[in-house]
Amino acid sequence: MGVEVVVEDLSKSFGRQTIWQDVTLTLPPGEISVLLGPSGTGKSVFLKSLVGLLKPERGKIVISGTDICRCSEHTLYEVRRRFGVLFQDGALFGSMDLYDNIAFPLREHTKKSEAEIRRIVLEKMEMVGLLGAEKKLPGEISGGMRKRAGLARALVLDPEIILFDEPDSGLDPVRTAYLNQLIVDLNAQIDATFLIVTHDIGTARTVPDNIGMLFRRQLVMFGPREVLLTSTEPVVEQFLNGRRQGPIGMSEEKDSAQVAAELAEMQAGGLQDPGGPKGGGGTGIVPQIEPSPGLPERKAVQRRKDRVMQILHTLPPAAQDAIIASLTEAERARYGVFAGAGVGRGQAGSPPRPQGPPPGRPPSPAPRGGQPPRPGPQPPQPPPVAQLPEGGEWGSRSGELPGQGQGGQSQRRPQDPGQWFRRGGRS
Amino acid sequence: MSTPTTRASFPGAGGLRETGKLFALGLDVAAQSFRRPFQVREFVQQCWFIASVTILPTALVSIPFGAVIALQLGSLTRQLGAQSFTGAASVLAVIQQASPIVTALMVAGAGGSAICADLGARTIREEIAAMEVLGVSPIQRLVVPRVLAAMLVAVLLNGMVSVVGVLGGYFFNVIMQGGTPGAYLASFAALAQLPDLWISEFKALIFGFIAAIVAAYRGLNPAGGPKGVGDAVNQSVVITFLLLFAVNFVLTALYLQLVPPKGM
Repeated sequence: MGVEVVVEDLSKSFGRQTIWQDVTLTLPPGEISVLLGPSGTGKSVFLKSLVGLLKPERGKIVISGTDICRCSEHTLYEVRRRFGVLFQDGALFGSMDLYDNIAFPLREHTKKSEAEIRRIVLEKMEMVGLLGAEKKLPGEISGGMRKRAGLARALVLDPEIILFDEPDSGLDPVRTAYLNQLIVDLNAQIDATFLIVTHDIGTARTVPDNIGMLFRRQLVMFGPREVLLTSTEPVVEQFLNGRRQGPIGMSEEKDSAQVAAELAEMQAGGLQDPGGPKGGGGTGIVPQIEPSPGLPERKAVQRRKDRVMQILHTLPPAAQDAIIASLTEAERARYGVFAGAGVGRGQAGSPPRPQGPPPGRPPSPAPRGGQPPRPGPQPPQPPPVAQLPEGGEWGSRSGELPGQGQGGQSQRRPQDPGQWFRRGGRS
Repeated sequence: MSTPTTRASFPGAGGLRETGKLFALGLDVAAQSFRRPFQVREFVQQCWFIASVTILPTALVSIPFGAVIALQLGSLTRQLGAQSFTGAASVLAVIQQASPIVTALMVAGAGGSAICADLGARTIREEIAAMEVLGVSPIQRLVVPRVLAAMLVAVLLNGMVSVVGVLGGYFFNVIMQGGTPGAYLASFAALAQLPDLWISEFKALIFGFIAAIVAAYRGLNPAGGPKGVGDAVNQSVVITFLLLFAVNFVLTALYLQLVPPKGM
C-alpha cells in the first residue's frame, strides 16, 4: 500500500514573488489525487517541492515520519527512492536508449542480474506499450512515447508514491483517455499513492478519488472528488466548466466588479459561452474510470469510502448528497445513512477544506431523519453521461474506451493492460 | 516551524553568494570523489572526449608559443650578452608558465565549454532533476567523473605541451637565431630543476579542476531556457580564464618563495 503524504502550511516563493502559501493537505495512502489549477499557479512547483527538488520557505512535508523539508541530503535521497515521478517531457536521459533509460534505476539501486533487469524492463515497457522501441534514443521518438517511457522508468523500482506532472499535456484526447485508464489500472495493480498535476478537466473528473485546486497563491479546496465536482465556489465552477465567466482571467485574475457582472449576466441566462472547454465540459459527477477487467479491484476504493464516510458530516451538503447517492443499498445500511438525507446539515457552507475532522467531533456520521430532501440542485442521477457528445473523453462508463464498441463486454480487451496502449503508441 | 531564511541584500551579496555556491560545489565534488561506486565508464568516456577535443589545438598553440618565447628571450639575452642562457630561460618560461596556462585555456575553452553545455542542456530538460528524484546524485554520477577527467587530461596535456614547447624553442633558437645546441642543453641542465616540472604539473592539475568545477557549476545553474545555457557557457569560459590567471599568480609567487632557485 502506498504511503500517506502530509503537507502542512507549506509556502514557497521565488524572491519576492509568492507562488503559494499555507497549503495544507493530506494525500490519503493508495488513493489517486488530482491537483488542478490554471496555468502558472505553481502546480509543478508544488510537485517539485514534494520530491525535495525545491525547498519551500515554510511548512512541512511529512512522508512516513520524515519531514523532507528539514532532513539531511542523505535521508532525502533515501526517501526519494520511494517516489516515481513522471516529468512533463519524460525527462529521459538523452544519451541513453530507452532500454538503458528504464534500466537505469535498477542498475543504480539494486544488485539484480542483467537477466532479471531485462525481464523487469521488458515487463514495464510492455505495460506502457513500448515493446520494440528499446533501442530508440529519446530524441527519435514522439512526445507521447517519451512520456510513456518516463512512466515506465518511474515504475521500475515499485514506488509507493507516483507523481505525474501534466500527463496529458501534448497528448490528443484519445491517448489521454488511454493514459488515464493506464493510471487507474496501475493504481489497481500496485496500490501506490498517486498525485496528478494537470489542468485537463476530463482527467480531473474521471480519474481521481480526491481533487484539489490551486488559485491565487492558495489551495482553494482539497477533498473527495464529490466536494469539488458539486462545488459552487466560483473559481472551481468556472474551471471545471472551462468557461470565461468567473474569477480566472487571461492573466490569472480579474477585478471583482467584472466577475460579479459576468456571473450575474450568466445567471440571467443571457450569455452562453459557445466555446467548448478543453477536455470537455459538463456538470455534476461523472463515474470514475474503473480498472480494466481482469485486474484486481482498487483497494483504495473501499478505504476511501470508509474514510469519506467518517468525515461526511464535515462536507458541504451537495457533496454529502452525492456521496450518499453513490452508495449501494448495502453500503448505506452499513454506514447508517440513507439517500437524500445528508448528515450534518447544520454545517452547510462549512469550510471548504474538509481535511481532517476536528478532534472533538465524533467520527461516526449520525443521520438525521425527518429532514426532507434538500430542494435545489440535486446530484444528477443517473449521471448525465448520455448528454455528453458521443466519443467524449468520459462519454462511456466504467473505463470503456471511447469509440470502442457499443458497451458490450465482449469487446473488452484481455487482462493485458499494455496491449491497447501499445496499439495507441504505434499508430 | 523553521525561521525563514533571510537573504542578505547589500551590494555584492549576489556575487558572494555565487562564489560561495561555487566553493560548495568544489567541496562536494572533492568529498564525493571518494564515494563508491566510482563511475569508471563515464570517467573514461569524458577523458577520451576532453583529450580528443584538446590535443590538436593545444599542440598547435604550443609550437608558436614556445617559438615566441624563444624569439623574445633570444633577442633580449643577446643584448645582455647572455646568449648561452637562452635555452634555460625559454625552457623555464615554457614549463613553468606557458604550458600549464595553455593547457588550462584549452581544457577550459574546449572541454569546459562542452561540459557546461552538456550539463546545461540536461538541466533544462529536467534530466538532472529526474536523476535526483531517482535517488542518484548528479554530482557523484556526472560532475565527479568530468572533473577528474579534466584534471587528468590537463596533467597529461601539460606534459605534451612542455615537450612540444621546448622542442619549438630549441628549433627557433638553434635554427633561426644561430644558437648552438650544446649551449641550449647545457644551460637547460644548469638552471632547470625537478621541482619546476612538479609545479608545472601541479598547476595543470589545479587549473583542470577549476575549469571543470566552474563549467559544472554554470551548467547546473543556467538562467532558464536554451538562451540561459548559451549564456552559461559563455560565462563559464570567462570566469575560468579570470580565475586561472589569478590562481596562477598566487601559485607562482608561492613557488618562487618556497623553492630556492638552483645555484649556478
